[in-house]
Amino acid sequence: MIEQYIPIFLVIGVSVVFSMAVIASSKLFGPQRPDSEKLSTYESGMKPVGGVRERISIKYYLVAMLFIVFDIEVIFVYPWGVEFKKLLGEQGISALVPMIIFLVVLELGYLYVYKKGGLKWD
Amino acid sequence: MQNHFQEIYNVLPLVLVACGVFLSVVIEIGSVKSEKILPWFSVLVFLGTSLFSVFNLNNCGTAYNNMLSYGGNVFIFYSLFNLAAALTVLSSMEYIKKYGSYFGEYYILLLSSVLGMMLMAGARDLFMVFIGLELMSICFYVLAGINRKKQNANEASLKYFLLGSFATGFVVYGIALIFGTAHTTSLEVIVSNFGSLSHNLLFVTGMLLFLVGFSFKIAAFPFHMWVPDVYQGSATTVSGLMSTGGKAAAFSVLLIALGAVFPGNAANVFRPYFAAIAAFSMLYGSIVAISQNNLKRMLAYSSIAHAGYMAIGLAAGNRESVAGIMFYLVAYTFMNLGAFGIIAMVEGADDTNLELKDYIGLSQRHPLLSALMALFMFSLSGLPPFAGFFGKYYVFISAIKADLTWLAILGVVSSVISVYFYLRVIVYMYFKEPEPEALPVHNNANGVLAVVISAILVVMFGIFPGTLINLITSYLR
Repeated sequence: MIEQYIPIFLVIGVSVVFSMAVIASSKLFGPQRPDSEKLSTYESGMKPVGGVRERISIKYYLVAMLFIVFDIEVIFVYPWGVEFKKLLGEQGISALVPMIIFLVVLELGYLYVYKKGGLKWD
Repeated sequence: MQNHFQEIYNVLPLVLVACGVFLSVVIEIGSVKSEKILPWFSVLVFLGTSLFSVFNLNNCGTAYNNMLSYGGNVFIFYSLFNLAAALTVLSSMEYIKKYGSYFGEYYILLLSSVLGMMLMAGARDLFMVFIGLELMSICFYVLAGINRKKQNANEASLKYFLLGSFATGFVVYGIALIFGTAHTTSLEVIVSNFGSLSHNLLFVTGMLLFLVGFSFKIAAFPFHMWVPDVYQGSATTVSGLMSTGGKAAAFSVLLIALGAVFPGNAANVFRPYFAAIAAFSMLYGSIVAISQNNLKRMLAYSSIAHAGYMAIGLAAGNRESVAGIMFYLVAYTFMNLGAFGIIAMVEGADDTNLELKDYIGLSQRHPLLSALMALFMFSLSGLPPFAGFFGKYYVFISAIKADLTWLAILGVVSSVISVYFYLRVIVYMYFKEPEPEALPVHNNANGVLAVVISAILVVMFGIFPGTLINLITSYLR
């Protein structure tokens, strides 16, 4: 059982040793002449502005949450669409019913958001 | 097609509440008068579902490939949840307006939380248990903070959310281990293989993690930290539903989903666990409640103690104890909802009138309310002839039958301790000189109606406990 994993442990060991050796050798043998320009965030790019932990408008979170409605829709509709012809052959037109119920429920959520003004940006 | 309709009819209570959720969303976005329609619409849905469940108790079985069970004790739980929610809606109509936080979402969330509770009670599969648990909990996280401009409501909501999701994590990890060892999520199979599985350490670990998550939801001792702050901070009516419906739902999973487990071998495996949480919860809840002056906080600690009394039944693990716990849950639901309903009416906006001293002289200002409060306090402390007494009686008897006499004695001792703080409320209401500048009581017809209905049920189950207990016992297998 455990013998099967020897190659993997070997690869892990080699990669750890190799990467440490490369970093250590560049530290040991390479020339190091740091200055303030080299140590800045983007050495030859734009000047950094402000910190990264700024407060973000809550609207972005709202959009991210609303995206879930459509995300879930797609996850369920695609497989159903792929198999639809087979389902139609087996169950006839009643193959549509579960998906229609599912979509009505989802779109009700969307309508709720729309009516409550969740999509207004200002 | 015939089959489909039969199956839908079998689980109709769930379908009714689910349709209630959708229709209430439609009302909320479609009607300008939703503020008037929604409360009564939800009362209608709850009462309808409750009545349907009561009249279909004898139609038992499982639906949707063993995912859900219906009929019998499941439907007793369904009607209990729905009645509790209907009473909560009645009490909250004026309450949430008093706090200036009317949202139609309040009723939508109440409906969906009840749907979650019902899914938990009817679940025959660990996935259904989990879906129900999450649906109920997420609605409660939001409902706890419905008074969104109050700081302590926000605190309650956030605290409940963080700790609750942590507890859910335990449940999921437990389910993963159970699935890993039992190779199925169907409770039917797990229960029938329980004897051989219980020798598997991983399975027992999974079950324990699962039970830890549910001990959190029933507010038992080592997992009780959230209870006082959440019950105190959230809207009073919501605390009422959380402490009754939420607790009953968590117990329903332990009793019905694992129902076949408990009479028999599981009780022996997990008896030390249940006995420990029972003993510690009752004593801790009863002793700490003595020093509480805020009524909501006092009831929160009493809720911990009551979880302990019910857990005695889990430790006993025989037929009598399952019936006893269910009876206790019914009794506790109505007496606690009544007490919270009265607090919701006496309470002024902005958290005033919540202290014990505010109840001085209530007997003169509002004889009816204080008489009913006294009734609920007597029932909560377990004095006959109210329902609370028989709940405790059945649970203690089952413990004695299971050779757990020490636990029953501890239960009696902590009931005696708890009499002190319950009766203190009555002493404050009746035997203290009132102060002249007492704050006004916002009593209203709907709230009084809810409280009176709870009182009638508490007295009725106290005088005729046999009907309910025989009904429950007849549906136990």
